[in-house]
Amino acid sequence: MSAAGAGPRHAPGRQSLLDRARAAAAAVVDPELPVLTLLDLGVLRDVEVADDGAVVVAITPTYSGCPAMGAMRDDLLRELRAAGLPDARVRVALEPAWTTDWITPAGRAALAEAGISPPGAAPRRSGPVPLRLGPPRRAVRCPRCGSGDTEVTSEFGSTACKALYRCRACREPFDHVKEI
Amino acid sequence: MPDERARTTRTTRTREPDEHDNAYAGLLTDDPRWAFGTGFEDPLAGVDTTVPDGVDPADLATYCLMLGDDALVLSQRLAEWTSNAPDLEEDIAFANIALDLLGQARLLLARAAAADPTQVPALPAGSPVPDEDRLAFFRDGTALRNVRLAELPNGDFAQTVARVLLFATWRLALFEELARSRDAVLAAVAAKGVKELTYHRDFAGRWFLVLARGTEESRRRLVAGLEALWPYRAELFATHDVERAVAGAGVGVDPADVADTVDAVLDRVLETSGVERPDVPPRAGVLGRAGRDGRHTEALSLLLAEMQSVARAHPLGQW
Ligand SMILES: [Zn+2]
Repeated sequence: MSAAGAGPRHAPGRQSLLDRARAAAAAVVDPELPVLTLLDLGVLRDVEVADDGAVVVAITPTYSGCPAMGAMRDDLLRELRAAGLPDARVRVALEPAWTTDWITPAGRAALAEAGISPPGAAPRRSGPVPLRLGPPRRAVRCPRCGSGDTEVTSEFGSTACKALYRCRACREPFDHVKEI
Repeated sequence: MPDERARTTRTTRTREPDEHDNAYAGLLTDDPRWAFGTGFEDPLAGVDTTVPDGVDPADLATYCLMLGDDALVLSQRLAEWTSNAPDLEEDIAFANIALDLLGQARLLLARAAAADPTQVPALPAGSPVPDEDRLAFFRDGTALRNVRLAELPNGDFAQTVARVLLFATWRLALFEELARSRDAVLAAVAAKGVKELTYHRDFAGRWFLVLARGTEESRRRLVAGLEALWPYRAELFATHDVERAVAGAGVGVDPADVADTVDAVLDRVLETSGVERPDVPPRAGVLGRAGRDGRHTEALSLLLAEMQSVARAHPLGQW
């Protein structure tokens, strides 16, 4: 904890504090998809300096039951401490609800690189949610061979945010981040 | 409520920058990755839980318990399918649906506790159990407000598909309305829940179709499962006094108002599947009281015995 002495009393200025906090928070990766930072996943919603001088980071759950919120909070606090910012809090931002549209282009590239098919555009609705009794209509390309000849095996996968697919060309199964 | 400063101090003491060099270092801390539930963080940390003007906090809390208990109890039932479903994909699907519902339950029970702390069961001084866990694990069945449809035993796979279809269609319709609640927490939980419930409903709808059009046996089981659940369907739309009050105050939804929407969706599934709407009468409650009043079937006490026993044996337990 070499930088542990850098508390608010010695803070060199609010903007510099904020810059360091943003840089530290932006480096934290998702516990379940470690190829992505929380920033690229769109889970990191805000970094600010509160009136009491503490860094306050806002995160939002991907799904209501996201079991990784505690791990994200601990990772953020650890990273901020390591950056000399021990006076930090993490708050939950429930609104607006997370959408896969917030995954950044860099995040989508990182997913594809890791063999996970990135999400398409999230559905936008006005009025009642239409019932879909057929298979999901998505143009999903195999992240391994690039073929568009793919089929869904299950809309629920290894984590809450993923569906299971398989490629008819190379026969490999793969994950697809489903649009919400 | 957790004390973030105390936590930070504790973690600072036990975690050093070189912790990753020692595979066992994390075991000595309260790192939640080692066991879920280890870190008791507040699911509403930093969220404004002020009760809106003109709303009775006790009614708001009770309403949150109703919606939260629906999700909690069905989540526990669906979790029973883990390692038991017909194939791995469906096993994972039920577990995912259960997890979504558990997450909704956690937020709703936490919101109930914040609105009216007097409804949270008291535990011995020094107990680290957070409010939402006290509500989940330390209330008796008569204090649970879930509809009876959520607590019935699973039956077979077809009956579970039918239940998820009935439940998710109803809850999705409720949440679409609830997303406009004057209570910011309820509105946020509902807006998020709509996205999740859409996947639940459509998953169940597709399986309903597959089983109806499958073999004679799959169709027979589906129809039998639907008939077994149908008597508990009317309860979903019976307005409780508390629901009427919170709907009037602009923070809740009167379930009777979504009956037509739900019927239209179910009729489409039934028509597409060629399954008749069951002709069985509703199962009445006791003296007009049902799940929302804490009058449950025997199945709930057995479910709670399993779900609550560990927490109750260790009210001071630090997990
Ligand atoms: Zn392929």
